[in-house]
Amino acid sequence: MAFIEVTGLSKSFTSAGAPREVLHDVTLSVERGEFVSVVGMMGCGKSTLLKIVAGLIAPDAGQVIIDGDAVDVRRGVRRDAAFVFQNYSLLPWFSALENVRLAVGAAFPDWPKERQRQQATRHLEAVGLGQALQRRPGQLSGGMRQRVAIARAFAIEPAILLLDEPFGALDALTRESLQQELARLCSAVERPVTTVMITNNVEEALLLSDRIVPMTGRPPAGPAPGRGTSLGLAVAVELPRPRSANDLVHDDCAARVRAKVVASLTEDLERTRRARNERAA
Amino acid sequence: MKRLVQLLLPLVGVGVALLVWWAASAFVADLPSPLRTWEESKIYVLEPFEKRGESDQGIALLAFYSLKRVAQGFLLGIAIATPLGFLLGMSKTLSRMFDPVMQVLRPISPLAWLPLGLILFRKSEPAALFAIAVCSMWPTVINTMAGVRAIPQDYWNVARVLRLSPLTTFTKIVVPATLPYLFTGFRLSLGIAWLVIVASEMLTGTPGVGGFLWQEYNSLIYAHILLAILTIGVVGFVLDRLMGMAESLTQF
Repeated sequence: MAFIEVTGLSKSFTSAGAPREVLHDVTLSVERGEFVSVVGMMGCGKSTLLKIVAGLIAPDAGQVIIDGDAVDVRRGVRRDAAFVFQNYSLLPWFSALENVRLAVGAAFPDWPKERQRQQATRHLEAVGLGQALQRRPGQLSGGMRQRVAIARAFAIEPAILLLDEPFGALDALTRESLQQELARLCSAVERPVTTVMITNNVEEALLLSDRIVPMTGRPPAGPAPGRGTSLGLAVAVELPRPRSANDLVHDDCAARVRAKVVASLTEDLERTRRARNERAA
Repeated sequence: MKRLVQLLLPLVGVGVALLVWWAASAFVADLPSPLRTWEESKIYVLEPFEKRGESDQGIALLAFYSLKRVAQGFLLGIAIATPLGFLLGMSKTLSRMFDPVMQVLRPISPLAWLPLGLILFRKSEPAALFAIAVCSMWPTVINTMAGVRAIPQDYWNVARVLRLSPLTTFTKIVVPATLPYLFTGFRLSLGIAWLVIVASEMLTGTPGVGGFLWQEYNSLIYAHILLAILTIGVVGFVLDRLMGMAESLTQF
């Protein structure tokens, strides 16, 4: 059995009085230490999937089992899981250091204060923020804020890392440097970190993942007849690390993976367009 | 030049108001003109800390008595209102339970609470505090409630993802996130407390700006009424400005 087992997950939300299915029978397994990216268009329910895996939202059907334990919203988020939000989600009234220390304090309540502080400082230094410890999020750039969020995630020494479009709000250059930073951090930890990343960027997925899982089933922001999204076939990314965005542009293997993922994402769009045309005719 | 005009404009406004006052005093026999008001009450202003008798005191002393009473009533009010606001903000059940009670109690005038206070406490001083507290607490209750409800889902998610204990969530997230709303509530509450003070002093006859106003009305010294009115206005304005400054410190 895989480290993370997602089986038969379905979830509907009620919008404007009518239930709208977002996820339909989603099944996914992630091995220990694996980096899996779920790629999909905006509004296809990717974030919902990740929040269910984290235990922030309860599914309507199906279950998530992590390391033999069923995820339960009532029990909350697992102790060994860290979550990085797209919008940083730092507390604006605390300095970078205090933001990270808050997480460390909650994860390791038995540690003396000084050790908690050192842990937080060390992880902020690891993302290059040694000079900005005392600055508040409002005084940091978007890229720096997301660095704080990443430091906060790694500071609790997680076994599972859940990344919800972690670089989605950043400009292209910042995005690239942070992707490299994340790859470096993931390979630097002694223990294997199992990572699930949500993204709408195929290149980002290529750069970081062992496997890419496209989300299929419904076009973004379309009318919602019946089914929600489910997952397409996973594509393995068998490229040596460290990878660089430049190499990926010309690499044959990368090109094959890219083609497969894009095909599976657009095939779905095609199908819906055809269905709509038939209905119109 | 432009800055000078900006500075002078408020003075022009004051001048116009004085002119209206002066014109009105020309038509109403009992209304003293600005100049007469000054002549008759300058002793209170020029010797603000002079105590000539129980009710014949300098204006600063009178204002001080009123302020002391307001401070006590206001602190009592927000000491009740703040926890109440947090509770009602965090619990849908509680807020639904007490919403009708609050909506009914909120619009009641201080003049209506005061006799009840006199029945409950039998003395005028605690009755006045009771009236101030019970009238001034609502903006703080309602703003705190609104502040807690306005906490973005993101922050709650952070609390859950970091597995913060309920106490840590409250002190590190709920309170700081609500602080700006809380201080807006305090500012409005203080404004109401200052409004109530005059009414309660008039009814209980305790020394203070309101008590002075009522006593001078009974003594037919109308200029002193105007002095008291102006004092109430100026003090209220200063209080509001001070609270506004405290409020702006809580913004991020």
